[in-house]
Amino acid sequence: MQAEVNRHAASSLIQTKKPSRLANVARELRKNKHYYLLMSPYMLIFFAFTVIPVVISLALSFFYFNMLEFPRFVGWQNYSRLFLGDDVFMIALKNTFMFAVVTGPVSYIACFLFAWIINELSPKVRAFMTLVFYAPSISGNVFFIWLIVFSGDSYGYLNGFLMKFGFILEPVQWLSNEQYILPIIIIVQLWLSLGTSFLAFIAGLQTIDRSLIEAGAVDGIKNRWQELWFITLPSMRPQLMFGAVMQITGSLAVADISIALAGFPSVNYAGHTIVTHLMDFGTIRFEMGYASAIATVLFCTMIGANKLTQKLLRKVGE
Amino acid sequence: MVMRMLGVFRTPRKINRSFTVSFLLFALLAVFGAFMALPLIYAVNNAFKPLDELFIFPPRFLVINPTLDNFFDLFALMGNSWVPLSRYIANTLFITIVGTAGHILLASAAAYPLAKYRFWGSGTLFSIVILSLMFSGHVTAIPNYMVMSWLGWINTHASIIVPSLAFPLGLFLMKQFMEQIPDALLEAAKIDGANEYRIYWSIVMPNVKPAWLTLMILQFPALWGTDGGNFIYSENLKTLHYALGQISAGGIARAGVGAAVALLLMIVPITLFIISQSSVMQTMATSGMKE
Repeated sequence: MQAEVNRHAASSLIQTKKPSRLANVARELRKNKHYYLLMSPYMLIFFAFTVIPVVISLALSFFYFNMLEFPRFVGWQNYSRLFLGDDVFMIALKNTFMFAVVTGPVSYIACFLFAWIINELSPKVRAFMTLVFYAPSISGNVFFIWLIVFSGDSYGYLNGFLMKFGFILEPVQWLSNEQYILPIIIIVQLWLSLGTSFLAFIAGLQTIDRSLIEAGAVDGIKNRWQELWFITLPSMRPQLMFGAVMQITGSLAVADISIALAGFPSVNYAGHTIVTHLMDFGTIRFEMGYASAIATVLFCTMIGANKLTQKLLRKVGE
Repeated sequence: MVMRMLGVFRTPRKINRSFTVSFLLFALLAVFGAFMALPLIYAVNNAFKPLDELFIFPPRFLVINPTLDNFFDLFALMGNSWVPLSRYIANTLFITIVGTAGHILLASAAAYPLAKYRFWGSGTLFSIVILSLMFSGHVTAIPNYMVMSWLGWINTHASIIVPSLAFPLGLFLMKQFMEQIPDALLEAAKIDGANEYRIYWSIVMPNVKPAWLTLMILQFPALWGTDGGNFIYSENLKTLHYALGQISAGGIARAGVGAAVALLLMIVPITLFIISQSSVMQTMATSGMKE
């Protein structure tokens, strides 16, 4: 296969004299038409519902559009209103970064740490512990269980427990007290966050070459921490990259949990995030242009955070 | 000193491991394992609690007198509500099965050329897919709604199913896994006269069964847990998760039934994961991203 590819590469190099690049491309397209055909159903849907919407969203952020009237160009007005005139957006921005800064790194490290410990167990126990840690993230919307735990009356778990042991005298309104909303959402988010990257880490740890570790021991690696830093982490860099992408994107997109626990909108916007702000303007107020500006900010934040983290991860084990 | 000498005689698995640290780490694992598992155990227990135990003070974690009443109530409710509960279940099953099977099919068809060949546009397309892993679906929610309404798909199951077919993570994992298939195998099939579609269907697909199951385990819970979002407003098209929300909103009187539905909702994806765990692990081992 490789040889064939090279031959084609070589032949296309030789034929650079050919008049038109377009003709070359057309020939390439014809030759590989089966591949394009195979990819077409997926790519059609992918472009229609992911790629083109991003472009539309970028464009629409410069318009005033309410789904009824024809869009009206307003330039940077949506953005200036967002950053200079919208106090609630500032709260949303602050909350989102609070979530991301706490849940992003903590969940990422937790994914790795628990995967790393689980990897030392015997296969049967390993499978069981993997299930225990992974189950919350696939058990659908069972996070409503936490509603009962943090319920504001004395039937709530936490209240009942704290009252029984005399820490508090009367029930605390956990989910309507601004002071508690953010930490509670963070806890529940962390509970749900051992997902795909956790599995990727466990699987990655399984594939590490044992002989590397033995060779390392001969070369003077004395304890598990040195082994972790000099052997395990560098051999897992591809999985670490993948896990980072999953965790960062997830931690910046907190919304469902906030809505389920703290309501929408939450008390004094204590659980408001960029995504709930987007929902507010997109699905309730129908200010599509403004909502698109919010979506664009979210898009840039996510891509930026991912690129930055990838830069940092390249330094692991160096 | 003795410990270090003993270390020499240990099996390779035990290189660089001190007992104390191992013990501490396993203790840490146990504590957090409990934190992860307790809410789920609680959900299971709740479904079997009689009504008086659901509202006991102080609240109890485990059920004392387990009963199936909640499930019987659920069946009773199924029969006499305006839209029978079986309808919600059928909707959820339809969305989940079509969405998951279609996703596996489309993603693998697209992953095969990307994994095995270099052609005009292949690199760019794959980088776009990677890029799309870096932002969540919320970013495209607004234009998606407009695209749906242009297509006339608002209030149809297609609005949930079709976008989910092109879930980028599935393509990414499938492509990474397919790269392991030896080229010689494909060459041999080509010499035997098989065309690309035949190679995809009879050589590649049977070889990536672990990846099918992985895509299933990632796609299934998302669709199983969908509440129809902003797209579905007809009662007879709504999903089980939406019905659960309605039942829970019924408050104290429906608390038992709500717990029973919750158990049904969580037990299905977890069971699927238990069945497919080893295949999922095989696929995830290839999930790494090149720099």
